[in-house]
Amino acid sequence: MQTDFILEMKNITKKYGENTVLSDVSLSVKPGEIHALLGENGAGKSTLMNVLFGMPVIHSTGGFEGQVFLDGQEANILSPYDAMKKGIGMVHQEFMLLPGFTITENIKLNREITRPNLVSRVLGKDLETMDMPAMARDARKALDSVGMSIDEYTKVQGLPVGYMQFVEIAREIDKTGVKLLVFDEPTAVLTESEATQLISVMKKISASGIAIIFITHRLDEVMAASDSITILRDGKLAATRRTSETTIVEMAELMIGRKGDAVVEADERPAPHEKVAMSIKDLEVDMPGEQVRGLTLDVYEGEILGIGGLAGQGKLGIPNGIMSLYSATGQVELFGEPLKLGDTQAALKAGIAMVSEDRKSVGLLLDQSIEDNIVFNAMQVRGDYLHRLGPFTQKDTAAIRKTANEMIKDLDIRCFGPTQWAGTLSGGNQQKVCVARALCMSPKFLFVSEPTRGIDIGAKKLVLETLLRLNREHGMTVVIVSSELQELRSISDRIAIVSEGKLVDVLSPKASDADFGLAMSGIKPSEHKEKGAGIT
Amino acid sequence: MLKKPELKNIEARAILRDNAVTIMFVALCVICLAFSGQTVPYVMYELFGRMSRNAFIVLALILPIVAGMGINFAITIGAMAAQISALWTMEWGVSGLPGFLAAMLMTVPIAAFFGYLIGKLMNKMKGQEMIGGLILGYFANGLYQLLFLFIFGNLIPLNAPGLVIKGSTGVANTIDLSTDRGFKYALDNIWKLPFDKALYVVCAAIVLIAVVMLLLKKANKKSVIVAVAGSVAAVLLYQIPAVANLLSMVNVPMFTFIVIGLLCLFNTTLMKTRLGQQFRAVGQNRTVANASGINVNRVRVIAIMISTVLAGWGQLIFVQNMGSFQTYGAHEQVGLYAGAAILVGGASIRKANNSQALLGCILFHLLFILAPSAGKNLFGDAAIGEYFRVFISYGVIAMALVMHAWKGIQGKRRKKNEEKPAEAQA
Repeated sequence: MQTDFILEMKNITKKYGENTVLSDVSLSVKPGEIHALLGENGAGKSTLMNVLFGMPVIHSTGGFEGQVFLDGQEANILSPYDAMKKGIGMVHQEFMLLPGFTITENIKLNREITRPNLVSRVLGKDLETMDMPAMARDARKALDSVGMSIDEYTKVQGLPVGYMQFVEIAREIDKTGVKLLVFDEPTAVLTESEATQLISVMKKISASGIAIIFITHRLDEVMAASDSITILRDGKLAATRRTSETTIVEMAELMIGRKGDAVVEADERPAPHEKVAMSIKDLEVDMPGEQVRGLTLDVYEGEILGIGGLAGQGKLGIPNGIMSLYSATGQVELFGEPLKLGDTQAALKAGIAMVSEDRKSVGLLLDQSIEDNIVFNAMQVRGDYLHRLGPFTQKDTAAIRKTANEMIKDLDIRCFGPTQWAGTLSGGNQQKVCVARALCMSPKFLFVSEPTRGIDIGAKKLVLETLLRLNREHGMTVVIVSSELQELRSISDRIAIVSEGKLVDVLSPKASDADFGLAMSGIKPSEHKEKGAGIT
Repeated sequence: MLKKPELKNIEARAILRDNAVTIMFVALCVICLAFSGQTVPYVMYELFGRMSRNAFIVLALILPIVAGMGINFAITIGAMAAQISALWTMEWGVSGLPGFLAAMLMTVPIAAFFGYLIGKLMNKMKGQEMIGGLILGYFANGLYQLLFLFIFGNLIPLNAPGLVIKGSTGVANTIDLSTDRGFKYALDNIWKLPFDKALYVVCAAIVLIAVVMLLLKKANKKSVIVAVAGSVAAVLLYQIPAVANLLSMVNVPMFTFIVIGLLCLFNTTLMKTRLGQQFRAVGQNRTVANASGINVNRVRVIAIMISTVLAGWGQLIFVQNMGSFQTYGAHEQVGLYAGAAILVGGASIRKANNSQALLGCILFHLLFILAPSAGKNLFGDAAIGEYFRVFISYGVIAMALVMHAWKGIQGKRRKKNEEKPAEAQA
């Protein structure tokens, strides 16, 4: 069969158990083209790439449906190594480089050029001597082709991040017979000038006939670099476009889309904006994978503020940094009082409570009873629920039981009773226990991080309704951090979108899909429109 | 410009910090030498003897460290394999050099098999190899005792005189290699020279090799000149009677040292092969190695297998020099002492090379020689010195582990500080 495509993935469907993560997705890439793959978190980009690379996680969960064609031939890719042999290369987001090796050694890792010697003739190829000069020559050629003049014998350790990215690309290019390169968020760690250079290198590579799949969330780079675009949404193919026939706004719209109906409807009201409850200035949080890099934001008393953004852009770092679960710097004021960062106790005492995104390891003591979980913080931080006998303290079991029973009733925690172990509850009910624990602190300010992650739709509704009720009836200020935009839009008064560790914009929940899409890729919607207006 | 002296200061501190253990040990050795009242010629005599029997086993630790598995405390098991082989060559009555070679040959499959099992197990506990190896050594000791107390001499009869406990079952407490069935000094006595002759032979060999390499154009001029000049200087220095006196008691087992030299050569040449590159890659980052198609588990098993076999050979070299070994105890401290020695030389649980192993071996044994007599002179009891050296070996290992953790934290902090200005520039 003769085709124009170097890679065709046809009708790919992948299920993890009952959960369909990819349904009937197709992707076609021509030789020498740069093909952008766009989508929100959970849209299925990584799963699609895992299928392409034959990752063990795909095969160990029952494989996938659909076909993959390489050069018109049906291909059965068994492992990442197999993918490499078939000419598919990957430039990783996390660098796959060894710091103690020279650039040459890294480029030639496991593909060393060797000479046979006496021992290797007896004991096999593994003992052949490396031919370092020949390896260096190859490395030089690959480095030249990505426009790097650095000495090929330099150690990778201590190289600037941008250089490492180019070394990584040089390694993929050096692989003989590479036909298709996947770039996974290559510009995320680069400075602006490096990103521009990268795009020109990508164009140079594609001009030599190698096809490129470019995964990114920066829409402007997609416009600048790609020839065609595939957009995924919710595991389905949202659209395929020629870059020349689309606009940033259209892409943003296609990427976000409407995902079903809202589970909860909040009554409309003017967003409170009289008094600042928390003012955050230049917040930097060193949370691995969720770095916050200088974020400034005001939260008004009595509002529900949603914080959205793509995964890894730092939205989770905000509550974790303010509660000092990760080291943070910056100025945070709570109701006008400065809050000391680096002291979780102080934050709790000041009246901030947090429901963590990591229920299992941060949020709950899994092998303790529900009632102990509910009162744990209040008991430890504020000394509630304790009898005092001189220097000794005893748990006030009666009071704990009473509170626990109230909470179980109020939040509708489905359990056999307050003494059941928290670890045996379902995800949604565990989440409610976390909320109950936060409420026990009678907080003035509540952080809720990914409240609906991994729980079913009924529990989702209950959790969101609880948050809404706390806000409306008790006037509690609530900040919800969530990856699910729909959920934020349904109950928030305002939504802050975070990208690359910084605040992009604060939008109304009624703003258009395109606006949210633009903001998530780091472009302030109002500015983009002004620019757009200037051109037309 | 202003920052320069500060930078120098930091560098000096870094050097001090990186070599803290080694520097501390040198200081300890000097103090002990001052208080021990031992003469230098005697110390030198002892040192050469101890180097010849111990260096090999310390060198056997390098490979697993390079492969990222830390100090292979499971070399104890290699030593057990060697002792099993030694017992059977005694039983068969193969004595002298043939006996030694037979024991070496027999050690290979046994130690390689044990190494394979150890490697397989360590692959199931990545990151915990050191504690795993240590406990595995204790566990294997139980099996070893079962084998020597019950199976050998009981289920499998031993006929050679002196191998079985008289009037009881099981292998004797001490196995004496100096009988006509043993291989005492089998390796050492092949070629033994007094120090002066040994020095001349070694220097002549170095000069010869250097010149040949130069003629074959395999070495650059500079290193050849350094080698030749060094040899000439050593010979000239030895002509000073005071220097010659210090080494007058030393008798050098040439062939043993040649074997140790061959192992050093093996370690360096192996690193230049494809397999060596895989060891280093796996040692630095398993994820990256795996992503490039290296079979990480296989590489780790090979590293442990080689290390275990080498440790077995090292133990054979040790016992042929000692002339006898404690059947139930000779292997017990092997891992601990060798591990401490390589750390003293400046190696860490992530990095090690030949010279660190050799230097560590010298310093560690210097302290072993000096500590008992220093203890006797200072506290009136040799046992205190004895206690001191055992305490030191554990202390060194603990310190190396703490330093490793501490350096990790420091590295992270430094990286963060470096990133900040870069970001500011961007």
